[in-house]
Amino acid sequence: MAVCIAVIAKENYPLYIRSLPTQNELKFHYTVHTSLDVVEEKISAVGKSLGDQRELYLGLLYPTEDYKVYGYVTNSKVKFVIVVDSSNTSLRDNEIRSMFRKLHNSFTDVMCNPFHNPGDTIQSKAFDGIVSGMMVQAA
Amino acid sequence: MECQEEKPIIYTMENKPIVTCAGDQGLFTSLYTSLAQQLPREPMEWRRTYGRAPKMIHLEANFVQFKEELLPKDGNKALLTFPFLHIYWTDCCDTEAYKSTVKEDMMRWQNSLRTHGSADWVIIVVETNDTKKKNKTNILPRSSIVDKIRSDFCNKQNDRCVVLSDPLKDSSRSQESWNSLLLKLRTLLLMSFTKNLGRFEDDMRTLREKRTQPGWSFCEYFMVQEELAFVFEMLQQFEDALVQYDELDALFTQYVLNFGAGDTANWLGSFCAPVRNWSGLLLRRPIDMEKRDGIQRGEASLLDLRSYLFSRQCTLLIFLLRPWEVTQRALELLHNCVQELRLLEVSVLEGALDCWVFLSCLEVLHRIEGCCDQAQLAANCSHTVGLWAYATDKLKSLGELCGLVSEKGPTSEDLNRTVDLLAGLGDERPETVSSLQSPYKKLKEALSSVEAFERHYLELSHAAMEMYRAISRLRSARLVGKSLAEFYMRKGEPEKAEAFLQEALKSYVSEGWSLPVTHTRKQIAECQKLLGITEDYLQTSALLAGDANLTTEERKHFCQEILTFAGKSEDQSQKVTLSMGVFSQLTRLQFLPATASVHSGAVLQVELNLRCLMPVSVHIQQLAASIHFDLERAGTNGRSKGAARQTNPGTVEFNHDTSSAGPSSSSDGPPLELEEIQDRSPSDNSLNSTGVVCKNTHLVMRLPESISPPDPPNCVSPPAVTMKEGAQMLKVQDVTLEPGNNSITFTAPSGQPGTYTLRQLFATVGQVQFVLPHIYPSVQYEVYSQEPQLTVEPLSEPLLAGLPQIVKFTLLTGHYTVKKGDALQLSNTETMPILPSSSCTARISNPTGELLGESALSIQSSEKVTSISLPATPPYHTLEFQLEVLCIIPSSSDRPPNERLTNGEVRHRPRSYSHPDIPMTAIDQRMSIDCPWSIYSTLLALTFYIPFKTKHSLLSAGNRKYIQVCVQNMSDVNFTLAEVKLTEKQHASLELESLNTKTQQLLCSKHSLFCLWEVRWQDDLPSCLQCVFSTNFSPPKQDVPDFKPFQYQFQLEKVTTLYSVRADILPPAGEQNCRSGFLCGLEVCITRLTEPAEGEIAEDSKTDTDGLKTTKLMYEVADSSSNWAVCGKSSGMVSMPMTANATHKVQIEVMPLFAGHLPFPKIKVLKYLPHTAAVAIQPDPDSCVENDSLSLLDKALDDQGDTASIRSRGSVHSVGSGDQQQRGVAMPRLEPFSPGQVFNHIHTRQVLVLPATDDHIMEVNAT
Repeated sequence: MAVCIAVIAKENYPLYIRSLPTQNELKFHYTVHTSLDVVEEKISAVGKSLGDQRELYLGLLYPTEDYKVYGYVTNSKVKFVIVVDSSNTSLRDNEIRSMFRKLHNSFTDVMCNPFHNPGDTIQSKAFDGIVSGMMVQAA
Repeated sequence: MECQEEKPIIYTMENKPIVTCAGDQGLFTSLYTSLAQQLPREPMEWRRTYGRAPKMIHLEANFVQFKEELLPKDGNKALLTFPFLHIYWTDCCDTEAYKSTVKEDMMRWQNSLRTHGSADWVIIVVETNDTKKKNKTNILPRSSIVDKIRSDFCNKQNDRCVVLSDPLKDSSRSQESWNSLLLKLRTLLLMSFTKNLGRFEDDMRTLREKRTQPGWSFCEYFMVQEELAFVFEMLQQFEDALVQYDELDALFTQYVLNFGAGDTANWLGSFCAPVRNWSGLLLRRPIDMEKRDGIQRGEASLLDLRSYLFSRQCTLLIFLLRPWEVTQRALELLHNCVQELRLLEVSVLEGALDCWVFLSCLEVLHRIEGCCDQAQLAANCSHTVGLWAYATDKLKSLGELCGLVSEKGPTSEDLNRTVDLLAGLGDERPETVSSLQSPYKKLKEALSSVEAFERHYLELSHAAMEMYRAISRLRSARLVGKSLAEFYMRKGEPEKAEAFLQEALKSYVSEGWSLPVTHTRKQIAECQKLLGITEDYLQTSALLAGDANLTTEERKHFCQEILTFAGKSEDQSQKVTLSMGVFSQLTRLQFLPATASVHSGAVLQVELNLRCLMPVSVHIQQLAASIHFDLERAGTNGRSKGAARQTNPGTVEFNHDTSSAGPSSSSDGPPLELEEIQDRSPSDNSLNSTGVVCKNTHLVMRLPESISPPDPPNCVSPPAVTMKEGAQMLKVQDVTLEPGNNSITFTAPSGQPGTYTLRQLFATVGQVQFVLPHIYPSVQYEVYSQEPQLTVEPLSEPLLAGLPQIVKFTLLTGHYTVKKGDALQLSNTETMPILPSSSCTARISNPTGELLGESALSIQSSEKVTSISLPATPPYHTLEFQLEVLCIIPSSSDRPPNERLTNGEVRHRPRSYSHPDIPMTAIDQRMSIDCPWSIYSTLLALTFYIPFKTKHSLLSAGNRKYIQVCVQNMSDVNFTLAEVKLTEKQHASLELESLNTKTQQLLCSKHSLFCLWEVRWQDDLPSCLQCVFSTNFSPPKQDVPDFKPFQYQFQLEKVTTLYSVRADILPPAGEQNCRSGFLCGLEVCITRLTEPAEGEIAEDSKTDTDGLKTTKLMYEVADSSSNWAVCGKSSGMVSMPMTANATHKVQIEVMPLFAGHLPFPKIKVLKYLPHTAAVAIQPDPDSCVENDSLSLLDKALDDQGDTASIRSRGSVHSVGSGDQQQRGVAMPRLEPFSPGQVFNHIHTRQVLVLPATDDHIMEVNAT
């Protein structure tokens, strides 16, 4: 499904980033990092118009020749980025949304862990499992 | 709206719906202009089928002469050429003419229409006044012609015949008829549209449903639906037209996707043909007929189809004023095409797609630039920048492909490839041939030479970067910059690359993206190496050598780079200083001893824990820590300050957030470093003020800058390193740091007393020096030097005077070494002798409190000095010994008991006082000790407490006198008292007979012992007695009681009894007993017992009335318990003759208020000193005493209201209180007698009082 999934902290450093092992990991780091530009743009654009009724799902951040980058921002400004292969046409907007929702739920669980220090990178196995699930279905 | 400046050349979409005109052509021609003008003037509502929203449209029409050929034949589905309305014009007003020619013509027209199934027609009859006038003679009513036409042709549709009156006149009637005509035409046109388009759409749908059938062709269908789009466009319904193209787009996309899923359609085969032409989009024509023809013929490639579709969409979007959607769709299209070609496995020449994308991007941008002004473009950078970046990207990969990026330039193979690519571009389109900046020319030029390529590439890159910056997509801008840097690196121009790389690196570091950091840093290292910036290169290498994202081989390589440089034996000036943080990290620092505080000269060890980040073990020539030395303030005692705030004493942990890969939040800032300060007075070391100081305010109070993410291991930017040479260093030579944790132990210098702060850490490896510029949190240790200190304190509190007590001497040697033969010289004092003791040992202990040894002390006492020889003691040790001292209780002659002070003044004695906590009189004893280390004597004070408190009192019984002494034990110890004695010092004849037991008595703690003596005398009782009370006391629990003497001296004055007072209560006459409520008589009898003594005469008897010496006494009956009511005067004055047995009787009336045995009312006798005497004995009129006496008088006056003189004097006093002299003279005084001088016989007497009536009620008054 996804080729790269990243969680980025409010301060824009990565809390979690994982990509398909077969792919060039570095490229995804660059891609995700660059996508933050669009995320910020979208957040600030939304902030102006609608105060609280904010849609967390930011939609397609930008397409590249090979990938589509989707974004999602939690209310605490933690960003989720999912990179999908462009050739994977079976994925519709709704599926992406549900992936983000799943990711958000799992992220919430991680945050609820009293032993997790907010701001630390995510080491949770459960979260890892959810992410793996989203990536494996690609095949 | 339409961009007209570029003048589309070949084909314009100037189609209008076709309306045919039959009948009178001349008539029509005359009306054509106004008709064509007026038809679109008013909008018309178009109601649509299939629930589509109604629209207002302005109708236009293309009026053509009717021809048979115009009518569509069966099966011809062309809509553009379809005549939507047929008009027959006639201005016939002559019935004959109508019948003969017009009708026939109309019939023909109608027939041909009918054969082609067209029902959209109208007949317009034009009426002019001219025609009317012309044919006045055989005039027929106009209506009849129209009626005829109607009855002939429009059998049911009367509205198919319209009359136009005076069309060329400018009258209201003409206008009216015009309007109705236009309305009719519009309505009919719309009806025709609805009907014909509906039919067309139905046909189209049917065709689409057949798409699963084998023979179905997308291209055919494309043409049909496009026809519809054309019509909508013709009607200016661009939205609807766009929908047609979008539907086609979606349908095609779906087919491609289905192909990918294995569902192949036959017609798709033509699109899978290898791509031969990659000339890019062409957006300058409204319709690219070339491509359209290709599609129609089924020869179009995928790119052709997509290009054509997009060009149409683009045209419509621009008509719709949505240019930014064009850019967005363009980017999607380009991405999509690339994907589709990949999906369809179309073979494409390498680089061909890049060319196509590049050209397309530029074409779209040109098109957009063509229809927007500069300001609009600038404001909408965010829409175009994607295309710019994409184009840049593609150009770069083309450049790489064609060998234009390398240093050497293209090889022949590259050139061949270039030629192939250029061939695919074909010839330039005629539209752009004249344009200098066409995408085609750009690409061709860029691929032609290395220089041109660079120019174009740079131009594009900078444009993209600037746009990204303008819309503050800085990360994207940096990524473009980085890509530009890579280009420069390949070109062999590292100096241009560095800035871009550094900027990108900074951004990644600041946002904590470790993988990009590593990658960029590697590029920087390469760049720096090429540039020969040795120091920076080594710094970067060091960072990379410790970077966990790299493989061990890579890390070793970079580590080796450093070591190689370090090994070069060059001169010292070539030293390179690098930041320590990248090389190794200080994790922990530990002091031994943990207090981090030693006396000067002692050994202090510092253990450093370093985590070496290098992949191999590194040999370090020298590891050193510079120390800042701070001379300590004099007088502060260095202990317990150093490492007090650390939880683990003596250990400082340095947090680097490196143990876990996870960055921890650093937003809460540095922790407060608080320290207590105390300001002590320099003279006596007393505390003046104390407070808490924050030592790192500059860090805590710093404004929160942009929150920087915590540092993942490699995301540290090396800080600028400044080296400060400290005067002193902790040094270790030749250490090998293994990867991972290392422990290094230093011996810290501790020569001079003061505070030593560790500032920097240096590790020297050959030419390279790693420096930790600032050790934080700050680490310091203290070296102190201490003066010898001697303290003397009681072994047990409190010290009791009069008994041997043990005091403890403690000597802290400080920096002084006690040598053998050193002695303490104690000056002896009489009041506190030091008791010699045989076994006196001194204990020597080291600073940690461990006992080192004991040795005997030799104490020699001479008359003035007691000398204590000390054993040899090393510095900073403690010497303790105990001595027994005795504080002699000072004799009480110079210490009269406080309670006996008569003048109300507390006597302040310098050396004895009452302690607030201990209710014993304290004595401070000062000791003066000469110490060998100082030329000054040490003065020490000890406080002793007197265990006893003594009181005495004189008791009388008539003339007999008794002395009572009360000894109160104030201490917590019991004592045994023996030999209680009272002696009188002056009068030998006086005999004091003890009424006490002879034996020893136990006086318990907090208890009192009363002793009584009777005074016997022979001749006269001396008026003043000097008594000495003495006893011996000892603590009871001793086998051999060691009695110590205790003395108490006191003086008794005016001992002799002068007067006796008797009184009787006489019941009322005739009664045997007093009754309550009845007046009784009180007879007071005052008797002088002795002859006046000499002093008394001199003092008191001034009044000399009739030769007899008399004194004035004042008596007062005062019943304090309210048992009695005094009736009449309660006080009075009597003159007493100063002879023995002189008696004075006074009668006073009193009334008992209660029944029972009532105590007698109290009778007080006071000395009355008249004013003359008062002057004599009042050298200083003390207001306090004066007021007392006055109040006494006032009280008397209240009772009886007698003694007018006193009263008047009192009133004088109250009125004219200004003159003190006058008052002093006028003031009489009352003076009480001393306790022994008046003996009161009625003291305890009672009298029986019966109740007033015998009502058997007894009142019991218990008090």
